[in-house]
Amino acid sequence: MGRERLLLLHHATRRLLLLLPRSRGFSSSAGAAASSREPLHVCVVGSGPAGFYTADKMLKGHEEAQVDIIDRLPTPFGLVRSGVAPDHPETKIVVNQFSRVAANGRCSFYGNVTVGSDVSISELQKIYDVVVLAYGAESDRSLGIPGEDLRGIHSAREFVWWYNGHPDMCNLAPDLQSTDSAVVLGQGNVALDVARILLRCTSELAATDIADYAFDALRGNTIRKVYLVGRRGPVQAACTAKELREILGLKNVRVCIKEADLVTSTADEEEIRNSRIKRRVYELLSKAATAHKGYISNDQKELHFVFFRRPTRFLPAEDGSTVDAVQLEKTCLKDGVAGKPVAVGTGEFEDLKCGLVLKSIGYKSLPVEGLPFDNYRGVVPNLKGRVLSSESENATVESGLYVVGWLKRGPTGIVATNLHCAEETVAGILEDDKKGLFMGPGSKKQGRRGLLEILEQKNIRFVPFDGWEKIDSKEKMAGQLKNKPREKITTWDELLMAAN
Amino acid sequence: MLARISRLGIQAMRRATPGQNSLNDISRRHLVEAVTSHVNHMGKTFFCSNTSATSNDRSNELEAKISVTFIDKDSEEKLVKVPIGMSMLEAAHENDIELEGACEGSLACSTCHVIVTDVNYYNKLEDPVDEENDMLDLAFGLTETSRLGCQVIASPELDGIRLALPSATRNFAVDGYVAKSH
Repeated sequence: MGRERLLLLHHATRRLLLLLPRSRGFSSSAGAAASSREPLHVCVVGSGPAGFYTADKMLKGHEEAQVDIIDRLPTPFGLVRSGVAPDHPETKIVVNQFSRVAANGRCSFYGNVTVGSDVSISELQKIYDVVVLAYGAESDRSLGIPGEDLRGIHSAREFVWWYNGHPDMCNLAPDLQSTDSAVVLGQGNVALDVARILLRCTSELAATDIADYAFDALRGNTIRKVYLVGRRGPVQAACTAKELREILGLKNVRVCIKEADLVTSTADEEEIRNSRIKRRVYELLSKAATAHKGYISNDQKELHFVFFRRPTRFLPAEDGSTVDAVQLEKTCLKDGVAGKPVAVGTGEFEDLKCGLVLKSIGYKSLPVEGLPFDNYRGVVPNLKGRVLSSESENATVESGLYVVGWLKRGPTGIVATNLHCAEETVAGILEDDKKGLFMGPGSKKQGRRGLLEILEQKNIRFVPFDGWEKIDSKEKMAGQLKNKPREKITTWDELLMAAN
Repeated sequence: MLARISRLGIQAMRRATPGQNSLNDISRRHLVEAVTSHVNHMGKTFFCSNTSATSNDRSNELEAKISVTFIDKDSEEKLVKVPIGMSMLEAAHENDIELEGACEGSLACSTCHVIVTDVNYYNKLEDPVDEENDMLDLAFGLTETSRLGCQVIASPELDGIRLALPSATRNFAVDGYVAKSH
């Protein structure tokens, strides 16, 4: 009885305090009447493009926003550092903009902090008004076919992390010397990236920021044929013109495309008409099919575009544990949902010999405790970035929880796609702020101070942005000695040491 | 005589578009040149003057400028003066217009996408090269008269051009997303 009265008194006092006039002047933002003049404490989990664009828009959209960006790696920038290929340095220029965001006085970076183990979602919700999940997709879709765990089969994500020096993958040690044929399953831009890195003259990679051990492995690689295998046809290929143009123009690589695969159905032609990207991709593939006919030289490597084939099993070599071939089933296209054709098996099979398989069929997000998750789509259920309790129709909005980037939309798009994605999510946050959703009894949050307390209690050695700057300058200095933009530091221990 | 020149100079400064060049930005040499050209080209408005022998001097702050109107995603308009030879992306940044430029002009992104509102101005531009088209393919809210701001360079025939920034739409198609049946 007494306790209830105390609580009532507590809540009444808080409400009274909130009604007292503020000493600061009026906020310049429209509709500020309901929004607090107190700092708005925002935590962004994940420091890739989604996280940084969110921080940027948040700082610009709310004068009192204090934004903390957390990442489990000691280095920021997510896939810009660990996904973009070494021979695409212009795509990495965006880190300049992200660094300016991190330098903002209202923004702090905390690297080497893992949400889910070092700090939980519910702990973050207690100390921040707004928690935005931007941790992307660190797992893979699986094919679910026999032999998938044979040696020599990797996901493209692992291979990309390996050549980009991600500390989780520095010991992958893919065997590039026991076979002359590699099969890449999938025909999106990531598939093209891995095929291109395998086929490029290594002299062209020497002056890039590729991890040193990967450069050494590629220099000695015996792979001469790379097959890019897709379930459907050229019109459905997910790659885009720039990447396709680049791989078709590789030095000393003969491109093999069957003209029969380029025949289009009425449905295909409709798809081409409705999409500028598909039209240009189709034109590039058609030109390549005729251009390379009859031109064979012995030193050339080969790039084969294989369409209308889906993998049904992996076949082992004599040792029983390494992959020796992939069994493919011929497919044909049938109308699917929303006008997108689906591949259907025809019962005709063939084997494609190979010693290396890279699966590039899509990334997948990982669930984390305290966050609703849609296992089918591999994303957090949400409505324009506001997290929902589930993917069902009766779902309710989870207060204070938001999502952005691949975790929100699925693992597609380019760096810039996150710009617009972040704008949408931040618009939702600002709307909710104006409605007063972050105010109310017991709502005064500690923000940064609360986070630092938790990290200290648990003895977590977080890496602040200037810790990353130390890593950055060490990498650049080491790179200068080898005419590379940087020599990446690739193990956890060395990264943490360099940050101090 | 000096007093007269400096008075003319100050008048010339006042005639310059307000808010463009502060007195501090102009070096004494340019001030003398401005005054001389003002005296020599009476009646011509200051900011259109082409100083003859020094027109090739890039550091000359008084080079010709064109008028460009930026329309932001909330339909707010801003008229700015852009020196000949400057890209629209640079011009936007010089004038605090929120045009992103993630790759800083290296044709590796589409964030500086602008829409040329008048097709006559669009046609005056040289056709985009393959590399620009590749990036435009991916641009948000692409239209028939879209270009990348870093590739549109100010030239005299573009005087008066109006460029709209694409506005956020609510359609985020997730590629490959298949609607679940209930």
